[in-house]
This record gives sequence, structure tokens and C-alpha cells, in this order.
Amino acid sequence: MVCALTKGAFRRYLFLNLYMIASVVVSLGRYQVLEHSGYTSAAYLYFYYYSDAVLTILLYFALTSLYAHVFGEMHANRYVRLGAVVLLAGTAVFSYAVVQQSSARMMTHFVVELSQNLYFVGLILTYLLWGAIMKMRETRAQLVQLVLSLGVYFSLFAATYALRNLYPSMSSVFMSLLQVFGFVLPLAWAYAFWKLSSDQLMSPARLAAVSR
Amino acid sequence: MMAGIIFVCSVTFLLQFFVSYCRSLIAASAKQPLSREVQDVTGISDGASGDDFARVLQLLHLCPDSPEDRTRVRAIGAYFGMLNVFRSTVAKFTPALRAWTDFERAQCAYFAAVALERRIAFSRDMLAEQMDS
Repeated sequence: MVCALTKGAFRRYLFLNLYMIASVVVSLGRYQVLEHSGYTSAAYLYFYYYSDAVLTILLYFALTSLYAHVFGEMHANRYVRLGAVVLLAGTAVFSYAVVQQSSARMMTHFVVELSQNLYFVGLILTYLLWGAIMKMRETRAQLVQLVLSLGVYFSLFAATYALRNLYPSMSSVFMSLLQVFGFVLPLAWAYAFWKLSSDQLMSPARLAAVSR
Repeated sequence: MMAGIIFVCSVTFLLQFFVSYCRSLIAASAKQPLSREVQDVTGISDGASGDDFARVLQLLHLCPDSPEDRTRVRAIGAYFGMLNVFRSTVAKFTPALRAWTDFERAQCAYFAAVALERRIAFSRDMLAEQMDS
């Protein structure tokens, strides 16, 4: 956020920066609850998962704003917004359908499920956006790096949540891993804002996993 | 079952994004010409080869590193390691894939040479500052 402000990219990537501000606020809130109630308390657990769901939804909209950047010249912003809301609603309905059997603490289960599903939906959407960037020969280096780092972040989280579901007994290990992966996005975005100027271009053909 | 599918998809996408991210870092340095001095030190004059990477990396570690390229060099180091694994397994049986991994390894070596050039310039600047003060 500081890098974006310094380099004059705050308003251009407003949703990305709003997400970063929200992350800082949530981290401070978590620390406060942790200090008052302790790591194993129900209050911390509730605060952690509910705030995580809010952050995931914000990140989902940050991703949508990147779509708006890529498809901006096609004046497709309205459709992008509509599509994003419909997909978010669809994910929420799917998550509800998954947890509706568990009667106890259904809301909490729903929030956790929604968060996990949104990471995977976000990953798929980032992959589609990456496909569109390659297809449309997008050359803005900063935008490309923002999308790629978001892709790495979503994949790391989606893979870790999947592993946690596969091996529930090792849940604490995977939760610790998530805290480490949390650094990926701020560092990569800071690099993109600080080191790359908004008008710097790069050849998209050089970025494909297999040369074209 | 569902978690397994999500895990496999996520790891596949992660690899794809990581490769592209590393390539975006390499692309920035690919057009930068090497000075005569760095060409002599690294032995890279007509074009880099993947086998140069380890040697250039050793030279790179001899120079004081600047914080700005430390993370990038590490990422490319990880990418080079991944390419080596790929080269000695899957690419062994497919000539096209082998050619691609060789090209990528050479690009990594060139990236390291460009980083070396930057570090030499960084060291010179530091030395000049010390002498001035």
C-alpha cells in the first residue's frame, strides 16, 4: 500500500490497496483478540474465521478489479461486475449446500467452507485471467506481475486447504504454513509497485510456460 | 476425493504460475547486454549455457548482495533446480522438451550474469561512497 502510494498507483489499483488496508486492520484486530482471549479461545477462533471470510471476499473483488483492467478497453466492466456477483452467490449457495447437514454451528461451518471454496474459485478465475492476458497479448509488466503473484497466492492457499481436508490430524501444521504463505502477496505486490513503472512493457510470448 | 482433485489442480496451477512468474523476472534482464568485463569473468560471450549457471552463481555469492535482487536470485535458483529435475526425468525422453529446458536453463544463467553485473556496479558504488567519506 505504501509502495503503491509512493509510486502513484493507489487509485489505479484501488481494490488491491483496499484489500491490503483491510488485511492490516484484520491483523491488528486478531492480535487484540489474541491478547485478550488467548489462542485456544472460541472468541479468537470465531474472529479468525469470520475475518478470513471477509478478507477472502475482498480479495475476490480485488481479482475482479484486475479483470476490469484487462478488459477495460472492451468496455466490459458491467459484465465483469455482474459475473463476479453471480459467481460469488453461486459459491455461497454451494458452500451452504455442503454444510447444511451439520446442524450445530452451521454458520461457522458455512463461513469456513465459503472461504476455502472462494480460494479455489479465485484460483480458477486467476488462471482464466492469465489465459486472457496471454491471448490478448497484454504487455503491461506491472499488471502481469500482479496477476501472476495473485495466482501463486491462490494456488498455495487452495493446495494447503485441500491438504488440510485430506489430513485433518495435521491441521495445525497446515495452519502454520498458511501464515508463512500470507507473506507472499504483500511482498510480490510491493515489488511490482516499487520496481515496475505503470508504463513498463514486456513481451507476453516470453511468459508462457512453453515458448510460443 | 474432492479435496484430492482440488489439491492436484492447485499444485498444477501453482507450477504454471511460478514458471510464468520466474519467466517474467528473466524477461526483464534478457535484453540487457553484458559488459566486456562480465563476459570475461563469466565466460559468457556468444550466449549463455545452462552449465554456466552454477559457476555464475558462485561468482554472484562472492559479491556483496543488494537487497533488491536477493529474492529474485533465490526464485530463479529454485526455478533452475526445478528445470534440472524436469530435464533429468521427463525431458530425457522428449527432444523438444529437452531443447526447451536447455533454453530456459541458459536464460537462467544469463539472468545470473546480469545480476552479477548489477552487484559489481553496486559494490563499486559502495566503495566510491566509502572513499568519499
